[in-house]
Amino acid sequence: METLWFMIVAVMVAAYVVLDGFDLGAGAIYLGAGKTSDERRRILRAIGPVWDGNEVWLLSAGGTLYFAFPLLYASSFSGFYLPLMMVLWLLMLRGIGIELRAHLENPVWLGFFDLIFCVSSILLAIFFGAALGNVVRGVPLGADGYFFEPLWTNFRAGANTGILDWYTVLTGVIALVTLTAHGSLYIAVKTENELNQRVRNVAQWAWPVQLVLTIIGLVATIYIRPAVLDNYKQHAIGYLIPVVVFGSLGAMIYAIRKGQDKLAFVSSAIYIIGMLVGAAFALYPVVLPSSSNPAYNLTIYNTAAGHHGLTVGITWWIISLVLALGYFTFLFRMFRGKVRLEGEGY
Amino acid sequence: MDSALLVHRIHFAFTITFHYLFPQLTMGLAPLIVVLKTLGLRHNDEAYHQAARFWAKIFGINFLLGVVTGIPMEFQFGTNWSHFSRYAGGIIGQTLAMEGMFAFFLESAFLGLFLYGEKRLGPRGHWWSAVAVFLGSWLSGYFIIATDAWMQHPVGYAKAADGSLQLTSFWQLVFNPWAWWQYAHNMSGAVITGSIVMASVGAFYLLWGKFEAHGRIFLRVGVIAGLIFSVLQLFPTGDGQGRMIALNQPVTLAAMEALFVGQSGAPLIILGQPNVADRKIDNPLEVPNALSFLTYREWAANVKGLDSFPQDLWPQNIALLYYSYHIMVGLGTIFIAIMVVAAFLLWRGKLFSTHWMLWILLLALPFPYIANTAGWMTAELGRQPWLVYGLMRTADGYSKLVSAGNGMFTLLGFFGMYTVLGILFLFLVRREIEHGPDSEPFSQPLPAGKL
Repeated sequence: METLWFMIVAVMVAAYVVLDGFDLGAGAIYLGAGKTSDERRRILRAIGPVWDGNEVWLLSAGGTLYFAFPLLYASSFSGFYLPLMMVLWLLMLRGIGIELRAHLENPVWLGFFDLIFCVSSILLAIFFGAALGNVVRGVPLGADGYFFEPLWTNFRAGANTGILDWYTVLTGVIALVTLTAHGSLYIAVKTENELNQRVRNVAQWAWPVQLVLTIIGLVATIYIRPAVLDNYKQHAIGYLIPVVVFGSLGAMIYAIRKGQDKLAFVSSAIYIIGMLVGAAFALYPVVLPSSSNPAYNLTIYNTAAGHHGLTVGITWWIISLVLALGYFTFLFRMFRGKVRLEGEGY
Repeated sequence: MDSALLVHRIHFAFTITFHYLFPQLTMGLAPLIVVLKTLGLRHNDEAYHQAARFWAKIFGINFLLGVVTGIPMEFQFGTNWSHFSRYAGGIIGQTLAMEGMFAFFLESAFLGLFLYGEKRLGPRGHWWSAVAVFLGSWLSGYFIIATDAWMQHPVGYAKAADGSLQLTSFWQLVFNPWAWWQYAHNMSGAVITGSIVMASVGAFYLLWGKFEAHGRIFLRVGVIAGLIFSVLQLFPTGDGQGRMIALNQPVTLAAMEALFVGQSGAPLIILGQPNVADRKIDNPLEVPNALSFLTYREWAANVKGLDSFPQDLWPQNIALLYYSYHIMVGLGTIFIAIMVVAAFLLWRGKLFSTHWMLWILLLALPFPYIANTAGWMTAELGRQPWLVYGLMRTADGYSKLVSAGNGMFTLLGFFGMYTVLGILFLFLVRREIEHGPDSEPFSQPLPAGKL
């Protein structure tokens, strides 16, 4: 039962990163790729109807984590207090950046919200990557299951770490580059002509960086936490994950060169899923490793809620997921195709 | 009081109070927009559709503020109240997760279609999108109320070996009797906010002499809905909620009424200042025996006072609790009076030309917000000193490792952020109201996929 909920939460987090990832990435390239006000509006219209729904995956994943693994939620959210609060502020700024921009035609107003949207998207991508880095690296958990990390200490990944050290900064940068490419490819799917060509170029330039960073990230992860290899050694099927990761990277550059934007976007999504599944596979059944003493590790077993709650949860979770997939299929169908500037919105 | 505890309490109180300024209008306007759109379809009258479009714009700005200020709420259970989350997360996590999975997905998927999809969907499809947004927002309200109701009146749980609480009955949690009364009372309060805001803008247009056709629609819908729901707010929902408290939290009732000494034939205090040190009411204006009757339906019934309970079970801030409760009830009574008179004038066909009544409706605008806020303060201050009633004290629930300094840092951050959001909100809403409803005819629907 705990394993099932671990997988459900992992799937929801992956859905969040793939979905909100493309609109975060679109935000990251927004100022650079959108040269004119019309092009910026096209980018906003490409993500406008769906960004809020994408962000709901974060809330729902958080809610599901809360109810399935209350201790993990309590421990990690209070331990990552400062960065999480900053994530909240950035999410707020980003929301108003997208939604309030179109209310006034004034160039000062537009410029202000353009800047807010772009900067908050970049910072959020870095924060989320750093968060994942923290989970993989481990945190100074005490015997009671709690910890508190300062934002940074000396940037070394030793015993006395902060949220930011060289490793988590690295994972933050990997996330930024990955989502930049991902967002560019989504915008490429949704646009035409010059803008389409420009964002495709962004993805093409990002690709070698992404490849190199993936390799560095892999080596750094094994260096910082050799235990990540344990599950792979025991279950050889795990080695399929890096094959998928590098395979999807290969498919990405092939599709970008051929101008097949949809294939490239899907490959990027598979790459992201592969990276996340790889991390989840390496951690399982630990969900938050302790950097001070492995006996204090939070696992799915010592953090899970009671049996009755988890059992009834499965029933309503499946019903609600089917409903949600229905709404979103309808929504994406209604807004399918390339964006135009006539008509209502943004 | 421990300073970290105080900071965490203010942190939650401030962010939730600011947040709830927005959902109360969203939840209140959503059914009224459905009413406007239904009338438009029924009478085939473009003016109703224009009115609905105008309110959809206000709704959109308001909804956005509700979403961005709502995200921190769920997070704060983990960040600032981690010991509470560990203790009760297995139970209230259920309702919070269900809110995300059932309500937020529904709302967020259809909001975009509702705000920007009228041409694409056509009139009937767009009506359905409005209904979906309405359902989503009301469903979301239910899960939040069920969460709070469980904290007020815990049901369906058992203590696990590690001391935390575990769910034993899903249905008891979802159909908590406390939740039904609280939900009815809360949602009716939200519709009052929606109706008064709508009537107030209508009154403003008539007094201004602009957009008068639309102003009359706003007044008609706002006053009729306002009359219905301000009566429902008192009876049966307010009455039911009150008796729920009398039954399950008698010490809270005594503190709300500032009834220091229990007595038979207890009076209802209309005005007066609680003097907690001397345990009496200063300058009381009271209705004899009324509290006994309202609580137990008997004029001479004995109502327990604060003296029946040990002092460590008393809500800590009796004066603020008493004032919150009395402000809520006082304003609720005034709303009924305003709406009865306005509805009478509307029925006689005189409302649109009765300037003094239009002025009253215009100036009523802030008061439903005050009443709703005071109502929530009554509920939450009344629950003190408990976080989960009878099970966990508030002083035991906060994040022990998040220091007062770190809490203060983010609290100040929220002050700043919400000041900016508040200014932007007022600025944009003022612009929409000044711009008024669009009167030009709406062009033909575009084929799907061509925006």
